Amino acid sequence: MSLGNIKRSSPRALIVIALIAGLAGCSGAGRVQPTGINDPHEQSNRKVHNFNKKLAGSGNGSGLAHAVPMGVQTVVHNIAENLSMPQVAVNSALQADVKGFGIASYRFLTNTVLGVGGIADVASEFQIPKHDTDFGETLYVWGVGEGSYYELPFVGPSTGRDVAGRFVDLFTNPLSYTLPRPEKYVGTVTKFADSVFKNSRRSDAINDVLEGSTDSYSQARLIYLQKRRYELSRRTGAPVTYDDPYLQ
Amino acid sequence: MTHICNKMNRRAFGGGALAIVLARPALALNADDATAFIKRLIGDIYSVIDSGAPEAAMIRQFEELFVRYADVQIMAQYALGVDARSATAEQKSAFNTAFAGYIAKKYGKRFRQFIGGRIEVEGARKIKAGFEIKTTAYLKGENPIEVIFLVSDKSGELQFFNMFLEGVNLLLTERSEIGSMLDMSGGDLNATIHELNKAG
Repeated sequence: MSLGNIKRSSPRALIVIALIAGLAGCSGAGRVQPTGINDPHEQSNRKVHNFNKKLAGSGNGSGLAHAVPMGVQTVVHNIAENLSMPQVAVNSALQADVKGFGIASYRFLTNTVLGVGGIADVASEFQIPKHDTDFGETLYVWGVGEGSYYELPFVGPSTGRDVAGRFVDLFTNPLSYTLPRPEKYVGTVTKFADSVFKNSRRSDAINDVLEGSTDSYSQARLIYLQKRRYELSRRTGAPVTYDDPYLQ
Repeated sequence: MTHICNKMNRRAFGGGALAIVLARPALALNADDATAFIKRLIGDIYSVIDSGAPEAAMIRQFEELFVRYADVQIMAQYALGVDARSATAEQKSAFNTAFAGYIAKKYGKRFRQFIGGRIEVEGARKIKAGFEIKTTAYLKGENPIEVIFLVSDKSGELQFFNMFLEGVNLLLTERSEIGSMLDMSGGDLNATIHELNKAG
């Protein structure tokens, strides 16, 4: 896929490219492994955190996961995951991740054809590994810095780089350019429903930890940053170096 | 050798049998010992979970396992951070005990997630302080979770001193939590110890 093609196919791609160029321009090149916490918006983030906490505590948190049968949740998850595969393939290609591109493409074909439009996850039964990525990761691979920490309403913790990634991902799903009007929203709707279910299932465990915490904002921030950095660095395969508490 | 003898004297171990065990020739920690150690720990955790005992009893048993398998002293000291320097010996010991109880309660409460699951040891890698033991937890209805144990014999016996769940560093996370408790109490360590005994 050349840049010329993108330009012709969609004017929105121009915005995307401008945005990427802007981001890449203001960051240092090379993959930086951040360790500290960069949170200049702590005051406003804390307000959002309190809002999210109220939302989770209002009872619609884990209630939904209990109300909707697991079978339905699995089907929604399968469809959402399958419809995201073309986008995963695009992001893998942008990351020069040949294996990831192959897995995403193969999964999409297998599950669309044999899994009846992605209702069944046949690919997993064939032992094809799962692969997931997003534009936030693409930006990381391109050497864009993490940026500052954000807690987003509804969505939860994120970073500057991942906020930009989420925004770009809204426009880079090939399906939304190839499918006709009602069908192309299936992906978006199932993806949203799937993330709501997932949050709902998870909220029990996470709420346990965060509710018992003296400062749930700092805990959520630290846990998210560690997890996201781990996800991003594990594919580059660099061995982790550990703090040695015996030396302190 | 003198180093080992000092350690033993300090710990005032009386049993001759124990002395023989400690003085056996293979004293340098190797990957197989470290791996076997973590396998024993996982086995013991699962026998508590499989016992089906009431939650409170299980948490007491988890605390015993934690004290036996983990270097509580070094972990607690790290979690306390710079405040450990100004603490009295009495405060330190009270903090260590509170820390062990807190960890056992906080993480032990999650035992239900592990019912019907399993933890598999993937391999060992040499690190500065000892070994990194990589394991995968397969929990029912969830994607596999990577759990890493860091093991060392720097205390004089084989113990683990940190854990990582999907990249989340237990010691670092608890240091931040305990730091928040200290901030909340205006740096009062006794109040924090009291808080820690209640929390988890």
